[in-house]
Amino acid sequence: MKQERKLTRRQALKLFGAGAASAALAACAVPAAQPAQPQQPAQQQPQQPAQQPKRRLEIFSWWTNGGEADGLNAMYEVFLQKNPGVEIINATVAGGAGTNAKAVLQTRLAGGQPPDSWQVHAGRETLSYVNAGQVEPLTEFFTEKGFDKVMPQFLLNQLKINGEIWTVPVNIHRSNVLWYNPKVLEEAGIEPKFPTLDSLFAALDKLKAQGKVIPIAVGGKDKFEASHTFESILLAVFGVEDYIKLWDGTDTMWNDPRAAEALGQLKRLFSYANSDRSAQGWADAMTMVLEGKAAMTIMGDWAHGLGISKGAKVNQDYGWMPAPGSDAFMWLSDSFCLAKGAPNPNEARAWLEVCGSREGQDAFNPKKGSIPARTDPDLSKYDDYLKAAIADFASKPLVPSAAHGASTTNAYQAKFHNTLEVFSSDLDEKSALESLKEAVADNNR
Amino acid sequence: MAIARPALATSALRRRAVQRDRLIAVLMLVPSILAIAVFVYGFIAYTAYVSMSNYTTARIDLSFVGLDHYVRLFGERRFQENIRNLIVFTLFFLAVCLVFGLALALMVDAHVKGESVFRAIYLFPMAISFIVTGVAWRWLFTPGDLEPTGINLLFEMVGLGFLKARWIADTSVWPNLEVPWLKVRLMVPMAIIPVVVAAVWQMSGFAMAMFLAGLRGIPEEIKEAARVDGCSEWQMLRHIILPMLRPVTLSAIVVLTHVSLKTFDLIMTMTGGGPGNKTELPSLYMYELRFSQFNTAQAAAVAMILLILVSLLTVPYLVYNRRAQSVEQ
Repeated sequence: MKQERKLTRRQALKLFGAGAASAALAACAVPAAQPAQPQQPAQQQPQQPAQQPKRRLEIFSWWTNGGEADGLNAMYEVFLQKNPGVEIINATVAGGAGTNAKAVLQTRLAGGQPPDSWQVHAGRETLSYVNAGQVEPLTEFFTEKGFDKVMPQFLLNQLKINGEIWTVPVNIHRSNVLWYNPKVLEEAGIEPKFPTLDSLFAALDKLKAQGKVIPIAVGGKDKFEASHTFESILLAVFGVEDYIKLWDGTDTMWNDPRAAEALGQLKRLFSYANSDRSAQGWADAMTMVLEGKAAMTIMGDWAHGLGISKGAKVNQDYGWMPAPGSDAFMWLSDSFCLAKGAPNPNEARAWLEVCGSREGQDAFNPKKGSIPARTDPDLSKYDDYLKAAIADFASKPLVPSAAHGASTTNAYQAKFHNTLEVFSSDLDEKSALESLKEAVADNNR
Repeated sequence: MAIARPALATSALRRRAVQRDRLIAVLMLVPSILAIAVFVYGFIAYTAYVSMSNYTTARIDLSFVGLDHYVRLFGERRFQENIRNLIVFTLFFLAVCLVFGLALALMVDAHVKGESVFRAIYLFPMAISFIVTGVAWRWLFTPGDLEPTGINLLFEMVGLGFLKARWIADTSVWPNLEVPWLKVRLMVPMAIIPVVVAAVWQMSGFAMAMFLAGLRGIPEEIKEAARVDGCSEWQMLRHIILPMLRPVTLSAIVVLTHVSLKTFDLIMTMTGGGPGNKTELPSLYMYELRFSQFNTAQAAAVAMILLILVSLLTVPYLVYNRRAQSVEQ
């Protein structure tokens, strides 16, 4: 009896102790989670005075694999050469073309634990962070470092929100590119030159009549493919100046009859596309082109990166041209911001300087498969396609991409994607136009 | 200490021991009660408040706006579609799961050879995460355009080509009824059927396990007596086994329905809500509202609606269970 009771009590105490210990651990976990990174170089430690805190820099992005991660690491190397002894915390979140990362970032910002600098699409996508007071303005920083003289004026104007620049663009992607399979077009007797939408549709008609391949491959699984295709058509229908006005946060341009016309053209384009597009991603669509199962697809120039990774050669296994209807350069850009209340503001500024520098951009972009946001890159580092893109970026009119945040806020983008996703399945112009008009107000928040 | 004083009566000793045990029990419960109070009920209350606040952008703004977000949600075509999909998905999932589960349980219960092997095989899918199920079944149900892929390819290989379908890429609906006061049409989106198949594949083993437990609980004497009275096997199933399975069936319905109301991962990986929101459930919309649109208040409103739906189902069940238990005692 006595024995028994003692045992239970002892067990109880043990259990209680364990419970208290784990509660204490959980309480500690919050402050401990941020720094604890044991892999700092051991030999540098003794040189520093003991009381001086270690210099750190936390960079948040969704670049986790392939060329993106390689490019990011190359930029880190440039940073470390200039700022030796700083420990970089590479906070990345994989998946969902950034959606997952944005989710994690949101919880960190809401919890008041911002990283020093995070990845954001340059342009209007930054607006929600600006409105929430989560980022610092960088206009002065741009003049101080001379970035305003080496980036195109067009781009700088389109970067401004409330009269200030908020992020440093590290690269430029082109959204309005049509990728095609030269062999397939040759066999079909089609010359790969589609300056207008009509010439594109003539070619698609021919391909559809022959019935050997899918005339144009379109994805949908990644949610942005339909809206991506649509923005190129909007540019073709509206022209450069009016296209830019579509995203000014009012519905003026959406009430223009050309908006309905653009939806009509997209519907027509879908009639030549694969019908299982909701189950295919943009990469599947590009793969169909590379394998000769489809003749062409409209996608941003990250599709070029996919081509390279599959061992195909540009201008040989696959060709490209500006999406029909306009030869303007529709840009989108990854950029880094400076967090308000950044734990390490000096290191963060040093990082942004690398992001905007020629050296940093030339380290990053050849690996990522994009072009620098500057007009003075070292051309020898870029392949044939990228050289052509650099030339176009310097000479063509620039327009911001809507599907990738250059001219749209996060809230608007989500609705824009969804509306076009629904249109891709229902092909109902009237309700699509209604939703687009309804969403307009979201481009201001 | 108590041993040192032999004068004390044994009954008092025992009472003290009981009191001490009770004290220890309460002490041990306190941390978990506190944790649950804060991290479950506290946050539910906070979510309820946020759903009535103006926290609709990245800026935290907790000023009170009342039921605006609920009104907006129910007036939205997309949310109406979500609710319609949820009802369709739940009804199909529940019905097929119960029928399959019961059929499997009856078969396994028929004392066939290698019963435990069959049981394990049917139960196994439950051990897999919905994410894996979603990805694998997406591959199977991707129709392929020029040439068939996945399940369509399998059908073609075994000469069942006529069964080929558009599966998760199917944009057609049936019967597409218009209701004057709704923005959404009443229909069954064809694309939701493959999702139901995947969900049933995963969860019917669970229904089987529950029915099997119920079947094993029916005393052999009753069946014996029925047989002596000249009852056919069908009559026995219809009039004896099924009625006696009623409590188990109720439990299965509650558990499966709340699984289906909360489904997120399966849809996210299998269709992503497509084509055109035809398989989107409120949980997916909630995720988009919070993390893509940064509209926290609206997302919290969706969360509260889901919570209310789940509690409409589980609270009566818990009350019923409690009553049943106290009657037994």
